[in-house]
Amino acid sequence: MADGEGFIALEKVGKVFEVRKKTGFLKRERREVRAVDSISFTVARGEMVGYIGPNGAGKSTTIKMLTGILTPTSGRLRVAGIDPSRERTRLASRIGVVFGQRTTLWWDLPLTDSYRLAHRMYRIPDARYRENLARCVELLELGDLLDVPVRQLSLGQRMRGDIAAALLHDPEVLYLDEPTIGLDVVSKAKVRGFLKELNAERGTTVMLTTHDLTDIEQLCSRVMVIDHGRLVYDGSLTGLHAAGEGERTLVVDLERELPPIEVPSARVVRVEGPRQWLAFPAGQSAAPLVAHLAAAYPLVDLSVREPDIEAVIAKMYAEKAVS
Amino acid sequence: MAEYGRVREGVRAYGLIAGMWVRSTMVYRASFVMTTFGNFAATFFDFVAIMLMFSRVDSLAGWSLPEVAFLYGLSAVAFGMADLLIGSMDRLGRRVRDGTLDTLLVRPAPVLAQVAADRFALRRLGRVTQGALVLGWSLSRLEVAWTPLKLLLMPVMVAGGCGIFCAVFVAGAAFQFLAQDASEVQNAFTYGGTTLLQYPPAVFTEELVRGVTFVLPLAFVNWVPAAYVLGRPYPLGLPGWTAFVSPLVALACCALAGLAWRAGLRSYRSTGS
Repeated sequence: MADGEGFIALEKVGKVFEVRKKTGFLKRERREVRAVDSISFTVARGEMVGYIGPNGAGKSTTIKMLTGILTPTSGRLRVAGIDPSRERTRLASRIGVVFGQRTTLWWDLPLTDSYRLAHRMYRIPDARYRENLARCVELLELGDLLDVPVRQLSLGQRMRGDIAAALLHDPEVLYLDEPTIGLDVVSKAKVRGFLKELNAERGTTVMLTTHDLTDIEQLCSRVMVIDHGRLVYDGSLTGLHAAGEGERTLVVDLERELPPIEVPSARVVRVEGPRQWLAFPAGQSAAPLVAHLAAAYPLVDLSVREPDIEAVIAKMYAEKAVS
Repeated sequence: MAEYGRVREGVRAYGLIAGMWVRSTMVYRASFVMTTFGNFAATFFDFVAIMLMFSRVDSLAGWSLPEVAFLYGLSAVAFGMADLLIGSMDRLGRRVRDGTLDTLLVRPAPVLAQVAADRFALRRLGRVTQGALVLGWSLSRLEVAWTPLKLLLMPVMVAGGCGIFCAVFVAGAAFQFLAQDASEVQNAFTYGGTTLLQYPPAVFTEELVRGVTFVLPLAFVNWVPAAYVLGRPYPLGLPGWTAFVSPLVALACCALAGLAWRAGLRSYRSTGS
């Protein structure tokens, strides 16, 4: 395998859809939509990459081309040296895919039945299967859930179940499409912890799309931003914040109403009774700010809000237009 | 050789997935028993309608009740088996619409096999059973001068008929890649086709019989081979050997349906819709 060109390699990959719109009885208007427009990037083996962008930006289309579901219109695409659209079934046993909103588990059957199917469909050697299952069960805390029919699982439990199902055959790369969507805080933390460990211990390459910047922050050293089918950013998350002038918000609940807080590294953007909103640069840690506040003010509660991706990207554009 | 490997892989995947569906339905055992019985009863009343008709007339276009029952049984068994094997393929359009087809495309197994096994339902045995009973009854009433060739033709035509209906299911599913709400169109050819075949060809106009022989060759499911077994004139005056070509017709249909499926899947993978 040509590792030199990257484990995942895209070279000017494009995908054009032809959309037919009804304009009358039997009359149809054809229009070309460029879902992905000449994207190039490489991902090295063992990297963990976040792939983000607004709805309809081309994230899912890219993932579908990488998994061989969709055939690119133009460009060259290789995963582990394989052309996904030509050798989809051969590639299938080397990749794992988790679609956040579509479970691949068997609804009416105990979780363990779905795993047995994967065992046989992927022809996983018995010892390997047992070992991988035991590992997933332990790390994803599935022990008590194995005999429960999938329809009785909560969303978070099901997502953990789905992730385990995608990993039993030791895929070299794992694609996750919105793995934390709709999950509660505890489930999100479990999923993230597991992915981190998977990447660190097994060296599994991970590529995930998300709307939750915290996912990226906690998991990915590298983030790619796609918008209108074009790659508009490829680098670290800190760099993205800098590029987008992103700001995080610290929401502070004080014991009583007080005049706007005065701290050097943040500014008050809103005051509502005892609650105040402080904006601070997203690239900066919240810890010193919190320490400072705790020492100087009577705090009841604190929470940090991440800037949403849409806002960051919008700012990036505004920046570009000016410069 | 590569083709053979793919077929073997497909059959294996089909077995695995169909097995999962059987287990899924067995979770609701009472429901399974009831729907199987319902399936049987619905088709049973279907035949009762024909019997009622014969309480008023002695023959239909010159065909007696046992002869019509022979056609009915053959068509029902052949269609019932195809329906049992791959009848849920008409759900493909829904899978395309809601995007769940994608989850099948990332598995290391042929998509056709996975879609064919989708929602595999043993309750469809109800229809096959009913068809077999009607066929058995007709054979007990018919006075056929059995020859080895006629005996051999019986399983051959059922297998050929099943193959022809399977091809119709696959082609219909392939069409749903283009028109996702076309499952009713497909039903017209499958369920509609089997109903058509339950009556002697002589009751239909020649144009229709021509269409069902040369365009969508359903006539080879039972009309043509049954004419040989019963010693009746062939529809459209076809030559005698055509009674034996059902398996070949089935093969040709399956090959065409396979091409249509391939084209449909290719179009899905280039448009994603």
